[in-house]
Amino acid sequence: MQRFTISVFTEDFIGLLNRVSIVFTRRHLNIESITASESEVKGVHRYTIVLRTTEEQVQKVVKQLERLVDVLKAFYHANDDTIYQEIALYKLNTDAFSSGNAEMIVRQHHARILSVTKDYTVIEKTGHKEDTQALFTDLETIGVLEFARSGRVSITKPMKSLATYLNELEALN
Amino acid sequence: METTTLKNKEVLSTVLQEISGAEAVIKILLEEGVDTVFGYPGGAIMPVYDALYGYREQLKHVLTRHEQGATHAAQGYARVSGKVGVCFATSGPGATNLITGLADAMIDSTPLVCITGQVHSSLLGTDAFQETDVVGISMPVTKWNCQVTSAKDLEKVLAKAFYVARSGRPGPVLVDITKDAQFELFEYNYKSCTKVRSYIPKPRLDLSQLVFAADLINQAKKPLVLVGQGVLLAEAETELKIFLEKIGAPAAWTLLGLSALPSDHYLNVGMLGMHGNYAPNIKTNECDVLIAIGMRFDDRVTGDLKRYAKQAKVVHLEIDPAEINKNVYAHAPVLGDAKESLKALTELLVPNEHDTWLNSFRLLEEEEKKQVITPQLHPNEGELLMAEVVRRVSEATLHDAVLVTDVGQHQMVASRYFKFKNSKNSVTSGGLGTMGFALPAALGAKMAKPKQTVVAFIGDGGFQMTLQELGTIQQENLAVKIIILNNNYLGMVRQWQELFFERRYSETNISSPNFVALAGAYGIRGQRVNERVNLDEAITEMLEHDGAYLLEVMVKKEGNVFPMIETGSSVSEIRLS
Ligand SMILES: Cc1ncc(C[n+]2csc(CCOP(=O)(O)OP(=O)(O)O)c2C)c(N)n1
Ligand SMILES: [Mg+2]
Repeated sequence: MQRFTISVFTEDFIGLLNRVSIVFTRRHLNIESITASESEVKGVHRYTIVLRTTEEQVQKVVKQLERLVDVLKAFYHANDDTIYQEIALYKLNTDAFSSGNAEMIVRQHHARILSVTKDYTVIEKTGHKEDTQALFTDLETIGVLEFARSGRVSITKPMKSLATYLNELEALN
Repeated sequence: METTTLKNKEVLSTVLQEISGAEAVIKILLEEGVDTVFGYPGGAIMPVYDALYGYREQLKHVLTRHEQGATHAAQGYARVSGKVGVCFATSGPGATNLITGLADAMIDSTPLVCITGQVHSSLLGTDAFQETDVVGISMPVTKWNCQVTSAKDLEKVLAKAFYVARSGRPGPVLVDITKDAQFELFEYNYKSCTKVRSYIPKPRLDLSQLVFAADLINQAKKPLVLVGQGVLLAEAETELKIFLEKIGAPAAWTLLGLSALPSDHYLNVGMLGMHGNYAPNIKTNECDVLIAIGMRFDDRVTGDLKRYAKQAKVVHLEIDPAEINKNVYAHAPVLGDAKESLKALTELLVPNEHDTWLNSFRLLEEEEKKQVITPQLHPNEGELLMAEVVRRVSEATLHDAVLVTDVGQHQMVASRYFKFKNSKNSVTSGGLGTMGFALPAALGAKMAKPKQTVVAFIGDGGFQMTLQELGTIQQENLAVKIIILNNNYLGMVRQWQELFFERRYSETNISSPNFVALAGAYGIRGQRVNERVNLDEAITEMLEHDGAYLLEVMVKKEGNVFPMIETGSSVSEIRLS
C-alpha cells in the first residue's frame, strides 16, 4: 500500500464527478481527498484525487477512468513524482490565543494569521498533510474551535503538457 | 385568444422550419437508421409518443408489457442484427424498470439507446410526481448517459448517444429528456456524430504488438484460442476462421462467443468455463500460448485465477484497454478491433499444423462423450433430459435457428448441445445472468430476423419472471417458438444446494401455472410433453405451426449439469460427475 495522486482531466459536464467517483466505490477504494478545478486548458477540468492503495489497483483504476467517455486523460503518480500542497485553516478563541504561547507556535510553523476579531482568530498554513497536522497538534494545546484542510493540489514533474496529450488524442481519433 | 397565439406560433414555426423536441427525437431515430423501438408510454414521455403517432408508418413501435421487457427485447434485436436497440420509457417507475436491462447490456456490451421522459425542468429536484434521478441511478450501468433540458441540445446529445452506443466496445446509453424540452420548438438541423474528442473507440493497431504476438504464436507448439463476443461484435467471423485454419489451432468459446465459429468446424473444441467442455478447460492449463480474442476472462471462464494457465504465454486481442491485465496478465496485448487485429496478425503468421496437440483434445472429448454427452443425449429410458430436447430441436431446425436462452441449467445445457451453422445465432444473458431475459429477448430477435426460426429455451422459474411478454408476442403476432424445460425447480440453485449445501433445498421448489393454458389465454398454441415417445412429433408440430408456440417439456426434476468446475477450483479440476 502506498499513497498515489491521480489526476483526471475531463470535459466540463454535469454529473462527471459522480461517474469518476463510481470507479473508486466499485472497487471499494476510499478517496482520501479530492479537488476539482479548471486546468490550464480552457474547458478542461481536472480532478486531483489522493488515495492509498497498491500500484496494481491504481493502474486498473486509471484505465477504468480513461475508459469513461468524457474523460480526456488520467494519470497516476507516486508522491515522489509530484509537487503538491494542501492548505489548512484553524479558528481559535482570541482570548486563548493571546494568552498562550501562540506566537511561538505560529512562528515555528511559519503559519500566517489571516483574521483577528475580538472573538476569534484564524490562522492559515500551507504544506503537506504532516505539516498542517503538526500545527493542529500544537494548537490543540490552546484549543481549536474549527479546523478545515483542503484536498491536495498537485503538479507533476514530467514535462509533457496537457495540450500535447490533447493533440495526441486528436490524432488518434 | 389562446388559439390565435397558438396558430401564430405554428405559422412562425413553419416559416422557421421549427419542430418540437419530441418530433426531433423521432426524426433523429430515423436518420440513425432505427426501424423498431421497444417501449411503454407514460406522462413524462407523452410528447414523444404523440410525435411517434405521426411517423407510425416509418417507425415501428413495439409495446412490451413491462419496461424491463423492452430493454431485453431491444437487446435481442441488437444482438442478432448488430444494430442499436432502442427503448422508450416514461419517468419514475418506467425509468427504474429499465435498470436490469441496462445492467445486462452493460456487462454484455450490447448497444442500446434508451430514451426516458423526465418531469418538467422547473420541477427537477423537487420530488415531483414520478420524478426519479434516473441519470444518477443508471450511471454505473450505462456506457454514457445525459439529461436534456432544452430541445436545442437534443441533436448533439442523441447523435453522441448513438455514436457512443455502437462504436468501440458497444454498450447502453440513456438519454433523459425533460417534458418541456420535448415540447420546445427549435430549428432542426441534424448531423450525426463521428467523433468525440475525449473518446477513442478503436485503439490504433500497433505493429510492434502484432509482431511480438505473432512471434509467440509462430513458436507455439500447443496454442489454444479463446473466442469471445468481441469476434461477433467486430463481425470478424471470417477473419477468425482464416486465422485459425492458418495455424491449425484448436478454438474454444465463451458463452457469448457462441456461434462465432460453426459447431462442426474441425478446430472447434467446445465451450469454456464452469459448465463447458472437458477438453478445452483441461487443456487451458497445458497449452503453451493462450490466444484470447475479444473476451474478458470472466471468473465463470477462469475458475481460480491463481491456477489459470500459469504455464502459458498469453496473447490478448482486445478493443478495451481496461480489460488488458484486468484478470489475467497479457504477455502480448494486441489492442484493437478484433477484425482489424486478426487480419493484420494472420499476415504475420507462418502456416502451421498441430495434429498431435489437436488429437489430445479428441481423447478428452471421447471421455466426456462416454461419461456425460452420450448418456445425456441418448438416455433411452427414464425421465426426459434437457439435453435430448435441445438436440432434437437443433436437428429439427437444421442447426440454423436463433437460440435464445434464459438463465439456469437449461441455459448451460442449451449452449452445450445446440448446434450452429451461422454467426449471431445465440442470444443469452451472460455476464449478468438475468432470469426473465429470454422471452422478451426472443421477441426482439424475431423482430430483427422475421424470416428466421427463433427458439427460446426457458426454465419454469425464469419464464415466470417475464411471462407477461406473451401479450407482446400475441399483439405483434410473432412466431416465437417457446420451449419451457420444466423441472419443477429453480434447478441451477437446487443443483448447488445438492452439491454444496447438503441437499437443503431452501426455497428452490417452485410451482407453475398450467403454462399451455396460459399461452392459450394469449391465443398462443401449445402443448405439454411428458413422455419421450411424444417429443419428436411435438417439436414438428411446434415448428410447422404458423405462429407462436409454447412447448412445455417435463424433464427430470433433479438432473444436474456436468461437467462442472466448482467455485474456487482450477479449470483443470473440472469434474465429469
Ligand atoms: C433475476 C434473477 N434472480 C435470481 C437468479 C439466481 N438464479 C440463477 S439460476 C436460477 C434458477 C433458475 O430456475 P429455472 O428458471 O427453473 O431454470 P433451471 O435452472 O431449472 O433450468 C436462479 C434462481 C438469477 N440468475 N436471476
Ligand atoms: Mg427449473
